[in-house]
Amino acid sequence: MDATILLAAAINGLLIGGIYTLVASGLTLIYGVLHIINFAHGSMLMLAMFGVFFLLNKAGVDPYAALLVMVPAMFALGYLLYRGIIGRFSSGKDENILLITLGLSILIENLALMFFKGDTRTISVAYSDKMVELGPLLVSLPKIISFVAAMVLCGVLGLWMQRSDTGKAIRAVAKERMGARLVGIDVDRVFAVSYGIGLATLGAAACLLMPIFYVSPTIGHVFVIVAFTVVVLGGMGSFLGAVVGGLLVGLTESFGGLFLGESLGQIGISLIFILILLLRPSGLFGGSR
Amino acid sequence: MLQVQGLTKIFGGLKAVDNASLEVGEGRIVALIGPNGAGKTTLFACIAGFHPVNAGRVSFLGQDITGLPVHQIARRGMVRTFQITQPFAKLSVHETIAVGAYQRFPDRREAWAHAERVAQQVGMGAMLDQPAADLTVAGRKRLELARTLATGPKLLLLDEVMAGLNPSEIVEIVEIVRRIRASGVTVLLIEHVMQAVMSLSEHIYVLSYGRIIADGAPREVVNDPAVIEAYLGRGAAEGMAAHPGAPTQEAAHA
Amino acid sequence: MSAPTARQAWLLHGSLLAVALVFPFVFSSSFAVNFGVMALFYAFIGQSWNIAGGFAGQLSFGHVVFFGAGAYASTILQMRFGFSPWLGLPASALAGALVGWVIAFLSFRAGLKGSYFALITLAFAEVLRIVANSVEITGGGLGMLIPAKRSAANFQFPERIGFYFLILALTVASIAVAVWLKHSRFGAQLAAIRENEDAARALGIDVYTEKVKVMILSGAMCGVGGCFFAQYFLYIDPIIVFGVDKSVEMLLVSMIGGAGTVYGPLIGAVLLAGISDATRALTDVQGLSLVLYGTLLVVIIAFLPNGLIDLFQRWGRRRRHPAEKGGA
Repeated sequence: MDATILLAAAINGLLIGGIYTLVASGLTLIYGVLHIINFAHGSMLMLAMFGVFFLLNKAGVDPYAALLVMVPAMFALGYLLYRGIIGRFSSGKDENILLITLGLSILIENLALMFFKGDTRTISVAYSDKMVELGPLLVSLPKIISFVAAMVLCGVLGLWMQRSDTGKAIRAVAKERMGARLVGIDVDRVFAVSYGIGLATLGAAACLLMPIFYVSPTIGHVFVIVAFTVVVLGGMGSFLGAVVGGLLVGLTESFGGLFLGESLGQIGISLIFILILLLRPSGLFGGSR
Repeated sequence: MLQVQGLTKIFGGLKAVDNASLEVGEGRIVALIGPNGAGKTTLFACIAGFHPVNAGRVSFLGQDITGLPVHQIARRGMVRTFQITQPFAKLSVHETIAVGAYQRFPDRREAWAHAERVAQQVGMGAMLDQPAADLTVAGRKRLELARTLATGPKLLLLDEVMAGLNPSEIVEIVEIVRRIRASGVTVLLIEHVMQAVMSLSEHIYVLSYGRIIADGAPREVVNDPAVIEAYLGRGAAEGMAAHPGAPTQEAAHA
Repeated sequence: MSAPTARQAWLLHGSLLAVALVFPFVFSSSFAVNFGVMALFYAFIGQSWNIAGGFAGQLSFGHVVFFGAGAYASTILQMRFGFSPWLGLPASALAGALVGWVIAFLSFRAGLKGSYFALITLAFAEVLRIVANSVEITGGGLGMLIPAKRSAANFQFPERIGFYFLILALTVASIAVAVWLKHSRFGAQLAAIRENEDAARALGIDVYTEKVKVMILSGAMCGVGGCFFAQYFLYIDPIIVFGVDKSVEMLLVSMIGGAGTVYGPLIGAVLLAGISDATRALTDVQGLSLVLYGTLLVVIIAFLPNGLIDLFQRWGRRRRHPAEKGGA
């Protein structure tokens, strides 16, 4: 196999992996803080991606510029969803919450099916087909922009979590819920904010994905498995894990497709998921939880 | 019946149980006491197979059971109750006890009949159809006792069955435990309620910071200076020796 | 709170069976009989999920893995090896049981439970979907078409009513299994495992082995459902028989109807088939029925976590004890 082909696969894998990291960071945050497995993650991403699609096609908003709209919009959606529905049941059985997020994902996916029909949609902007020369390779420009943006956003999120007061409050609640309550942190608000941030990352990821991907109402399923694999691989609740996991999963997908072909190639991600759960459920960087 | 030798259990650098040894003869009632956090429940959990041990041996009915899976130990006749009750929330009292009874009687009719008998034995005969989740803490403890009893055990490990009971309930349970022993079951119990310990047990082991610091007949143990210090602090023994008369009674209600 | 007497229970079983037997003769239109078939079909595969998820508390999000295994096993035997289609029934049961055993063995040995178990079943289903999509013997993405040769001997009843009675028989069998679980030692142990694994273990229950057994049973049942599906629709492909939709439907009918109860899946299935047929008759819009169903799931978990059957049970209790207000 030609070295260039391998290199191309590696680069492409890393580039998409960066976006997977962004998607997974929201999921791992939600799990780390609320101890909820947000099964609705995939369908929320799909919703956001439709948002970006319509923003471009109806209002002419460039997908990258749409970040300014989608991120706060998804944050608000997450906050309200938590307050209105999820928050009421997060203290119950673990499985109840999983079922509720499952119910939400079914609801959202089929609402999308009703309103948008089953066809796949892609967007086309001026720079959609632009390529950049990286040594012997030609890499798609939007992919590079999206990767860089994803990494920057992850970095910003990470810094914010470390430095800001809210970020510290969130980390406190993630570590020790009762203790945080006792020192006066409004834990319920932290939960709502965390869920909001979790969805906000999806808003961002949607903007970065639309230029290089497609959307259809059922696309949530694909991303659910990807996101969960990244989170489980990296370790539930570990931010660094989401970064490493995202890149690794991107690479797996890319090389899987290269060596096993289009169809069978997708199997790599699910197999990783299964293997991690069976052999090392805490993931690469996961803590005792 | 039960022999524990040099059992040590370490949790991440902390020795929860340190070289503990104890023996329970057939048909006896033996108590394990000690201040909070001494490691009593951990010792129970290790004996019953819930934690792998770092060192030591447990032998039951002459056979080494160290490291056997929990359910196999239970099937051999050693069953335990839990300090924080572990109910089958959605099952009724009858159904709960039946789960235990089924271990002894595979046939449904026999298991249910046996469960009813055991319920009567512990005084729950009137509550058979109540959901376990509706019971008070005392009720749940009693249910847990019943459910373990229904398996037809040879050795019963009771972890603070009296906790949270009022004096008349304590008297009832003490009576029930006596009758259980009379029916041929050996009992090892963890208890804080001294009244129960003193009236029931024939032999007491005292655990402090994971170590057995004393053992013997109830009267001796209760007056042992090391035991008094474990409960009341250093110097307490001397202080009490300097003021004889009052303290012995207080120590008995530690 | 007191349970219905044995006599009342048999009265219920009997009358429901009578209704089901008479149904296709009273409502003999193609539409009605198809509704009956689909309702019973979902009741059957829903019950297979219910046995593992409701009775034993092992929720799975990827139950379709057994369904697809059964569907492909029977179809491959028929189309690639020329065996009689009726052989598909035991073959699909075996395939489902085998997959059940493998998944249970791997997952439970690793100590997976709760949400982690639910997710890994999803991944297993996905793996099999991809495999089915990529190998020749399954026809890959194109799926497998069973040529229409209507005859009972060929497991393609010329009259739809033939399928109706077959699925009715299967559903009755699945209900019998559920009733047996309610009254057997095995079922009691599963209930204990569902409620509290540690406590179950402490009583002497071999939790691991019982969980594996229930997955084998559930897998076998679900596999048979796959075989039936293949013969009824005469076409299967990786998305239809290994896709998430069936997993969701099996879960939905049980949770909405009442997980861990004998008739929960039937109630949920009649509702699902009803909503599905009604929405299809009223509008062209795709997805409406599942929107309703997803909403119903959220509402049920929130307000009626024991499922719709709880309403029937409360009504039953009030009838038996009119003096009590509102039952237990």
